[in-house]
Amino acid sequence: MSKIKSAFTNGKAFIPFITCGDPDLETTGRIVRAAVENGADIIELGIPFSDPTAEGPVIQGANVRALAGGVTTDKIFDFVRSLRKDVKIPLVFMTYSNVVFSYGAKEFISTCKEIGIDGIILPDLPFEEKDEFQPICREYGVDLISLIAPTSQKRIAMIAKEAEGFLYIVSSLGVTGTRSEITTDLSSIVKVVRENTDIPCAIGFGISTPEQAENMSKLSDGVIVGSAIIKLVEKYGKKFCRGCW
Amino acid sequence: MAETKGRFGVHGGQYIPETLMNAVIELEKAYDHYKNDPEFNRELSELFNEYANRPSRLYYAEKLTKALGGAKIYLKREDLNHTGSHKINNVLGQALLAKKMGKTRLIAETGAGQHGVATATAAALMNMECVVFMGEEDTKRQALNVYRMKLLGADVIPVTSGTATLKDAVSEAMREWTSRIDDTHYCLGSVMGPHPFPTIVRYFQAVISREIKEQILEKENRLPDAVIACVGGGSNAIGSFYHFIEDKEVRLIGCEAAGRGIDTFETAATINTGRLGIFHGMKSYFCQDKYGQIAPVYSISAGLDYPGIGPEHANLHDMGRAEYVPVTDEEAVNAFEFLSRTEGIIPAIESAHAVAHAMKIAPTMDKDKIIVITISGRGDKDCAAIARYRGEDIYE
Ligand SMILES: Cc1ncc(COP(=O)(O)O)c(C=O)c1O
Repeated sequence: MSKIKSAFTNGKAFIPFITCGDPDLETTGRIVRAAVENGADIIELGIPFSDPTAEGPVIQGANVRALAGGVTTDKIFDFVRSLRKDVKIPLVFMTYSNVVFSYGAKEFISTCKEIGIDGIILPDLPFEEKDEFQPICREYGVDLISLIAPTSQKRIAMIAKEAEGFLYIVSSLGVTGTRSEITTDLSSIVKVVRENTDIPCAIGFGISTPEQAENMSKLSDGVIVGSAIIKLVEKYGKKFCRGCW
Repeated sequence: MAETKGRFGVHGGQYIPETLMNAVIELEKAYDHYKNDPEFNRELSELFNEYANRPSRLYYAEKLTKALGGAKIYLKREDLNHTGSHKINNVLGQALLAKKMGKTRLIAETGAGQHGVATATAAALMNMECVVFMGEEDTKRQALNVYRMKLLGADVIPVTSGTATLKDAVSEAMREWTSRIDDTHYCLGSVMGPHPFPTIVRYFQAVISREIKEQILEKENRLPDAVIACVGGGSNAIGSFYHFIEDKEVRLIGCEAAGRGIDTFETAATINTGRLGIFHGMKSYFCQDKYGQIAPVYSISAGLDYPGIGPEHANLHDMGRAEYVPVTDEEAVNAFEFLSRTEGIIPAIESAHAVAHAMKIAPTMDKDKIIVITISGRGDKDCAAIARYRGEDIYE
């Protein structure tokens, strides 16, 4: 069983998203450890990109702050090396295809393996293009996480059948950001997923309140919370502490 | 196993969020159907001819030819199209296609404002809603076009993220599309983005080279020696090149905006300074840093101020079939003024990049050689900015 899959074995998984280097890596380190103490089962670490087209204003802001602070892919690799001294839960990178491609896919993915990154999420890499990185990910045993959207319909079965690690179900249309309401018929999507794979699925995009998180986790195996956390980071900045969580 | 589609060599593809996949698949199906539909093509050529003023003239620029003292120069007058640029060709095609698909709302990005104006125009004509995303920086450079779009009934949304120019307008239009797909078509303005856009936009712009070929054969009874066009995303250039790609004796030359020079950071010359990457739905060349962060680019021309280039151009470059040359702000402004004075034709500052390169090579060519320059748009929109460049304090 992949390390990611086993993270779902003790109840519903809580998966926070944190942009590396927002506002600096030292703060990111504190946030990650606070997340672990608060019961995170997997952590999604964002490598910032200049033009995050799947992101709403909140996470766009985190990307801008992180890049302005001078963070780079290499600095993030070093940061993960140091995290791994005490953080044991699965870690996945969330970034954009060009960040992986321009680093050299083989270089990037083999480094992931070396430093203990368990998976990669690329929101601009749909099923049709996954051969860009999938063979290399397999070679190094890093899970390339697939996404399913409210518009996926007939594509759900196809995507689920080849999915690895866990399936990321996008809760609503549009980009990341907090939403007051989620109206997508997620239980029908999950049903098709279950018919086609036994890997776990987690719901993300727009989950901002404990009630939403609870509702979404009833429907699936876990929840991903991004913008709601980034808003806290934006508010507290370098003063982010355990109590802020 | 679904396969990658829309490749030009290694370039192209569909690097977009899953949320948009069914939308582009549906668009591809509609395009494959309607491009062979006689009724669709009849309606489109009626719009081209009756509404947009096609065919555009291929004009022998005798004074320019004599002034440069070399090759014979023809101008393909896309500036005389309705709305003042080649952008209308693509927009009428896509709007008609969107209408057939049952869409009621068009969204678009715009740089110089020409594509936004063209989209707003087609939306008005076809009773569709229209929202145009424009970098805030560009809304200032091209204030008149913002007014024009509003006059035509469109909403113009200034984009403040990133560099607040064309690339950010594209990102924002993509974000908007992921949030509203059912009734909305994203009318992309150039031969870029995910498949099928590069193919669709080329299909509608290829009318330019189809006409050039007919017109030059009629006037000269032979093909030109060179076709020159400016390249932002590359739609007027691919439109100008397309029907000559198989005619190996015709040189195809794309002119990129070098801004303050390709040895500076203030440039938008993608082929000359960029690297292979993946962005805005496609694999192609992009201006970017070592870590793949997209570079802030610069050109005096809002329409060429884009860090990427369409995948078909990237492939024509790889194959050596087309040449891509850098042209600086200063050279383009000189050409803008020179064409105005010699021929009484004020070209768009984008098109002036193509004129500038012709001014370099025409004098080196024999008098029996023929050059066609595509004048992709008219320059009225640029007069205030060029005046300011020359130190005159003019505002629109
Ligand atoms: C007049 C004119 N020419 C050229 C361009 C560049 O676009 P493309 O390279 O797609 O032709 C623009 C874009 O705004 C334009 O307005």
